[in-house]
Amino acid sequence: MKAKKAAIEARGVSRVFAAKGQQAVAALDDVSVTINENEFFTLLGPSGCGKTTLLRLIAGFDFPTSGQILLYGEDIAVLPPFKRPVNTVFQNYALFPHMTVAQNIGFGLEMLGKPRTEIDARVSEMLALVRMEELASRKTSQISGGQQQRVALARALAPKPKVLLLDEPLSALDYKLRKDMQIELKRLQHETGITFIFVTHDQEEALTMSDRIAVMSKGKILQVGSPHDIYDRPAVRFVANFIGETNFLKGIVRPSGKVKLAAGAEIEAVAPEGAKLSGEVTVVIRPEHALLVKPTQGKLKGVVDNIVYFGTDTHFHVLLDDGSEFMVRQQNSGGAAADFAKGDKVGVQIAAGTARILKD
Amino acid sequence: MVDVKAQPGFKTMALICLVLLYSPILILIVFAFNSGDIIMRWEGVSLHWFGVAFTNPEFQNAAWNTLRISAVATIASTLFATLAAIGMTRIKPWPGMKTAFMVINLPLMVPEIITAVATLSFFALLAQVLGLNFGIGNIMLAHIVFCIPFAFMPIRARLEDMDLTLENAAADLYATPWNAFKRITLPLLVPGIASGAALAFIVSFDDFTITQLVAGPGQTTLPLYIWDQTRRPMTPEINAISAILLLVSVLFITISFLIARSRK
Repeated sequence: MKAKKAAIEARGVSRVFAAKGQQAVAALDDVSVTINENEFFTLLGPSGCGKTTLLRLIAGFDFPTSGQILLYGEDIAVLPPFKRPVNTVFQNYALFPHMTVAQNIGFGLEMLGKPRTEIDARVSEMLALVRMEELASRKTSQISGGQQQRVALARALAPKPKVLLLDEPLSALDYKLRKDMQIELKRLQHETGITFIFVTHDQEEALTMSDRIAVMSKGKILQVGSPHDIYDRPAVRFVANFIGETNFLKGIVRPSGKVKLAAGAEIEAVAPEGAKLSGEVTVVIRPEHALLVKPTQGKLKGVVDNIVYFGTDTHFHVLLDDGSEFMVRQQNSGGAAADFAKGDKVGVQIAAGTARILKD
Repeated sequence: MVDVKAQPGFKTMALICLVLLYSPILILIVFAFNSGDIIMRWEGVSLHWFGVAFTNPEFQNAAWNTLRISAVATIASTLFATLAAIGMTRIKPWPGMKTAFMVINLPLMVPEIITAVATLSFFALLAQVLGLNFGIGNIMLAHIVFCIPFAFMPIRARLEDMDLTLENAAADLYATPWNAFKRITLPLLVPGIASGAALAFIVSFDDFTITQLVAGPGQTTLPLYIWDQTRRPMTPEINAISAILLLVSVLFITISFLIARSRK
């Protein structure tokens, strides 16, 4: 594997908002992260976590209180936005309403002082890339939301930015269109080879599209990793809880390294680097990594408290012996359908290597 | 919510109000088309008095003065108002901004006669101390000043409604602040500016009180001319001139309204 080149590097970046008479709020608190060239990198987190602030700092609409932002090694933290070779796709698209689709796409190149012939050629190329050739001379108010989205993308890609920033660009689209655009975005990223930094609060979107994800909360990055890392190997409670559904179990680490759960069983659990391996810990187990079995076969024992049918799968809520709730997701693959009913005594089996100890 | 229109007597009340408001104006216009010499005795339909008005050199002179003053006042006040509106919406809030906003809008609240007397005193002082008198320029200066708040309001409203991310987007696409203003903010602000200019024109065009005090000999404007005529034996010429004035006012208010609505 060839060495990855850093496109964007944030070093100890903080952004503190201080209003008169109010306590200062750190929207970003000493954030450091490296985003590689040609990467589809996602900043994921709930609203107010600082993901949009970080994006605005990279774009230049806001400036850090402290820290550095490097673009290919050069500190750009104090440059105004028009001097940064970085373009943005805005949440509301921010298309210029008094210009045509083609004029919108050509705007960046025009501002860079490119000759007319080059602009025209590049605009045609971009129109083809986002499949909007027929609508080139339309006003932006005369096209649909999905089409506006494509124009916004084409406009941001036209000047060949070193990094493309996308601020929740799919949130205004309906479900079907959003799915299409997710695939479209991946295609565009692949075809252009540009580094994409994508901001979203939608964990499914983050998992399906990203090469790597940074999960953020309260102005800090909690974990950076591939979708697999984030989903299968969450390091802290917030990450485990925010992405997908999960079971949290209390336990005590034994000298053997195994974890004695409060619910009774003693299980093997993987510990991430930096996790404490003594005393009380929290173990996470994804609902699909557990299986309902007869009481005699399972390590954990309990009673089926509730069954929720989802079509593709069924969720069994099991009340464990210690009173905690545990959810098991079973796929409805026909054949050996789990025939457990509410009130049944059941055992819960956990797939080897899937239980994980959290750092906090 | 109670639908007012469903209340008994609503239509009657509305009708009475409209009649009270508009019948005097309507009567004024109707008698502009009177062919007789006496103002309120109807003798037949004619455009005679419009002809008299248009060929009257005093009317021509007054109309020319009015147009010059209004044109200068409109252009200058709209320019100042645009700059003020940008300063109040597009740069970081600065200390004293609220006060500045109040000061700009103060002329709307100060009784016009006060402004008129103050303006008169100001020009008198200017003449006495510095020996300065700009002639019709005095009226123009006075009009520029009191037109600013009228031009300011729609421009500022338009700027406040405008999506700031558009300007961010322009900056993101390598537009310098000047280019972003020229290519994005200004074109989108045109309806606000047009609307503000139309309002400023109207206010200047039919101003009486301030002009009356500031105007020197030979600086008669249309409203002053009409006022003078009413103190002599009146002919329907006065109705014809009033009708013309009204038409211009209505025209500009309509333009201002249409522009404001169409670009919402």
